[in-house]
Amino acid sequence: MKEAIHVTIIDRENVAHHLEAPTDMNMNIMEVCKAYELPVEGTCGGMALCASCQCYLESDTPLPEQSDAELAMLDQAFHVKENSRLGCQIRITEEIEGIVLRLAP
Amino acid sequence: MIETDIVIIGAGPVGLFTVFEAGLLKLRCHLIDSLPIPGGQLAEIYPKKPIYDIPGYPTINAGELVDRLMEQGGVFKPGFTLGESAVSLDETDDGKYIVTTNKGTQHKSPVVIIAGGLGVFEPRKPPIDNLEKFEDKGVEYIIRDPEFYRGKRVVVSGGGDSALDWTIYLIENKIVSELVLVHRRTSFRGHLDSVQKVMDMAGAGKINLITEAEVVGINPNAEGRVGSVVIKHATLGDIVKETDHFIPLFGLTPSLGPIANWGLELDKNAVKVDTFDYSTNRKGVYAVGDINTYPGKLKLILCGFHEGTLAVQSAFARIFPNKKNVLKYTTVNGVTGF
Repeated sequence: MKEAIHVTIIDRENVAHHLEAPTDMNMNIMEVCKAYELPVEGTCGGMALCASCQCYLESDTPLPEQSDAELAMLDQAFHVKENSRLGCQIRITEEIEGIVLRLAP
Repeated sequence: MIETDIVIIGAGPVGLFTVFEAGLLKLRCHLIDSLPIPGGQLAEIYPKKPIYDIPGYPTINAGELVDRLMEQGGVFKPGFTLGESAVSLDETDDGKYIVTTNKGTQHKSPVVIIAGGLGVFEPRKPPIDNLEKFEDKGVEYIIRDPEFYRGKRVVVSGGGDSALDWTIYLIENKIVSELVLVHRRTSFRGHLDSVQKVMDMAGAGKINLITEAEVVGINPNAEGRVGSVVIKHATLGDIVKETDHFIPLFGLTPSLGPIANWGLELDKNAVKVDTFDYSTNRKGVYAVGDINTYPGKLKLILCGFHEGTLAVQSAFARIFPNKKNVLKYTTVNGVTGF
């Protein structure tokens, strides 16, 4: 098993941040962004309740289906697109190596 | 005017446990919370979710933890001001504080402990440039009194339960003269029977349902109130719809709220405290739980319990400067309520 994967986060100023994320810490994208001090609030702490970690999936990385909680939250959020995801609901696993995400406004 | 020893802002788990620790020192507490029930996030957002890191409980549901904290602190008979949010903190000449709520209820005490968690739950506002200019001029984020809309034309925006339920209410009770419901997607995520009702109303021409669309602009009328809204449709382009009211219903989102203007030192939306006693930069004002920050801060209920415990020790010294406080174990003395 790989110990870390590569994640690219494009911030709101269009700057790409190439990050390393450990796969053995049970982390999610929101937490990785916060750990690298990117401007992601994650107000609710990862319970899919605030949409402050909304991002757009820009790579063709296969992700697990979105949960009802995530879809319900995105329904109430703004700037939502077809490829909108909540960062807190994307787990850091080997399967998402190379994922590219853009932070929503 | 409600007078007490400690006013606690926020009736979440940390605020509730602080009541117990204060009670052990014979200090009385009064809690203020914007939600209508005690428990904060635990009661409002995830009452059925299990929590695994409360000492002594391998697992406990959030709602049950609130019940137990209410029972534990209840022996000290705390007062509650529920369904009101604290808006101002004023110092009195005799070195006390007056906390006033949005409904004007006043609370006076020598010590204020802010246990506000994520802050106040406020309506989520859609990103429309001049939206705030029309607040109280035809834009409302919460329907307080449906009669307010009698005979009026309204545009409701949103796809959740609240948008659906109000649409049904306003139409079934024949309150509004015209209702346009705007939703970003073609399907709704509300309760199935509400979705069916709204779809039936649209089919029968009782409401104008516009899906795959968002309200993106507001135009004023001659009096500067809402005159019309601009609805951007995915394929049809912009639709201008004349209306008297625009009601965006997109749920609630937490924000620090009025606390941000109380002269407290802040860091990234949290109140800075001294870990000696979790005091803020204002004497007699403490902050505990998720709302505070300090080097090494962890947002855990467990840590909030510890913070509240130390804060009331310091509060005791402030309230009774000449009394010596000695830590007594509950196993030795038991707990004697008020």
